[in-house]
Amino acid sequence: MIEIRELKKSFNGKVVLDGVNLDIKRGEISVIIGRSGEGKSVLIKHIIGLLKPDSGRILLDGKDITTMSEKEFREVLKRFGMLFQGAALFDSMTVEENVGFALREHTDLPDSTIRKIVKEKLKRVGLEGVESMMPADLSGGMKKRVGLARAIAMDPEIVLFDEPTTGLDPIMSDSIADLMLDTQRALKTTYVVITHDINLTYKIADMVAMLHQGRIIEKGTVEEMKANPNPILRQFLEGRAEGPIKVF
Amino acid sequence: MREFFERLGLMAEKAVVTTGQIIIMLFQAVYYLFLPPFKFRNMFKQMEFVGVRSLFVVVLTGSFTGMVLAMQGYNALKRFGAESLVGPTVALSMARELGPVLTGLMVTGRAGSAMATELGTMRVTEQIDALYTMAINPVKYLVTPRIVAGVLMLPVLAIITDFVGVLGGYFVGVKLLGINPGVYIGRTIDFVSVNDIFYGLTKSAVFGLIITLISSFQGYHASGGAEGVGRAATSAVVLSCVLILVSDYFLTSIMF
Repeated sequence: MIEIRELKKSFNGKVVLDGVNLDIKRGEISVIIGRSGEGKSVLIKHIIGLLKPDSGRILLDGKDITTMSEKEFREVLKRFGMLFQGAALFDSMTVEENVGFALREHTDLPDSTIRKIVKEKLKRVGLEGVESMMPADLSGGMKKRVGLARAIAMDPEIVLFDEPTTGLDPIMSDSIADLMLDTQRALKTTYVVITHDINLTYKIADMVAMLHQGRIIEKGTVEEMKANPNPILRQFLEGRAEGPIKVF
Repeated sequence: MREFFERLGLMAEKAVVTTGQIIIMLFQAVYYLFLPPFKFRNMFKQMEFVGVRSLFVVVLTGSFTGMVLAMQGYNALKRFGAESLVGPTVALSMARELGPVLTGLMVTGRAGSAMATELGTMRVTEQIDALYTMAINPVKYLVTPRIVAGVLMLPVLAIITDFVGVLGGYFVGVKLLGINPGVYIGRTIDFVSVNDIFYGLTKSAVFGLIITLISSFQGYHASGGAEGVGRAATSAVVLSCVLILVSDYFLTSIMF
């Protein structure tokens, strides 16, 4: 569904992505793992068009999205949803307005229908009766859930997750993982997740890819990755300070 | 010495780049204004924010400025026996100069800084990115309504400032300093033309554009967390105020 080919990106001479190649299959949960600062967020921002590559291509159903006009790409964006690291809820709007935002902007649905959809999406992420609350009144876990409800409000084909469990306690992280699994299985959506949370990766991933020094160094199923002897991957999965990856 | 010139060159380059970016943002905002879909709700919200919520502060500033102008004018004109010219002095000063400029400076302090802070916070918390990922053009959604609100509401506020300034001047001149009310009003009508008011309002529309464009630009391009947002708000206020005063000189020299 998404093919990333020789994607390169540098910032002020510092190479962040150095020829990334990756295939993301339709209807699967693809998890991209890697240390902080390895360019995972940069990669996901390229997929959704927030950044333009120095070179390389990103093909969505065979069409290169990096060379599309703004108008064309805006139509492509309607196929995407995204959950940001800090949820990025609009803090001047209520939960209901946040979740229904894209529906109000892009459809002519009557307000009663939008409210019904919002309620249903919030229920799907395990939240009820929070419609009139402001984002500032929500806990971290609730914000992520509302962010997920907003991301799936337009029934997108692809949802991107930027560190969905960062800043959450282990129990809340696990419940977010369950939620991601539930929604993905129910909606048959393609999920692309970037994270350094290994527990989350093991729980939800159909395909795992490791980004290291600007390249995808290994990819495979969870079982394949667990059995992979690559010392860099092993060090990361086992969370050891000693190994080929130098911490300082 | 070489280092000095290098630094100077970098500063000049940054100024040119920033000016270019501001002009591009202005063109984009105007372009998106005429591009459907048209959503007026956000525009009215901004008009309320810039206009209605600035009303109290401009009324207060305008009335006291008119009062002090009358007092100072009376003291100066009395020396030449020309107390009857206090009314036109107040009215002309307010309509041509002080109404638009004071309104601009007050709105910069109140609404411009708030705009830069709001957009800056939206930038650093990825809310602007979120808008983009929802296929909504952030310039169309955030910047265009603010600029429209500024250009439309500043003249409205300026005319209110003019009016309360003249009222304040009347109160001090007639009620406190004893100028004949008929002479005060008559002389004011004799000296003030519609053009004076019209040019003043044109100025304030330009100031509205400056305030909203600069504040939106600073907030939109904020970076570096809370400190970056604070920096954006400060830059928005300082740059807007400076540009208001500089453009005021050039507009005055063209118009009057």
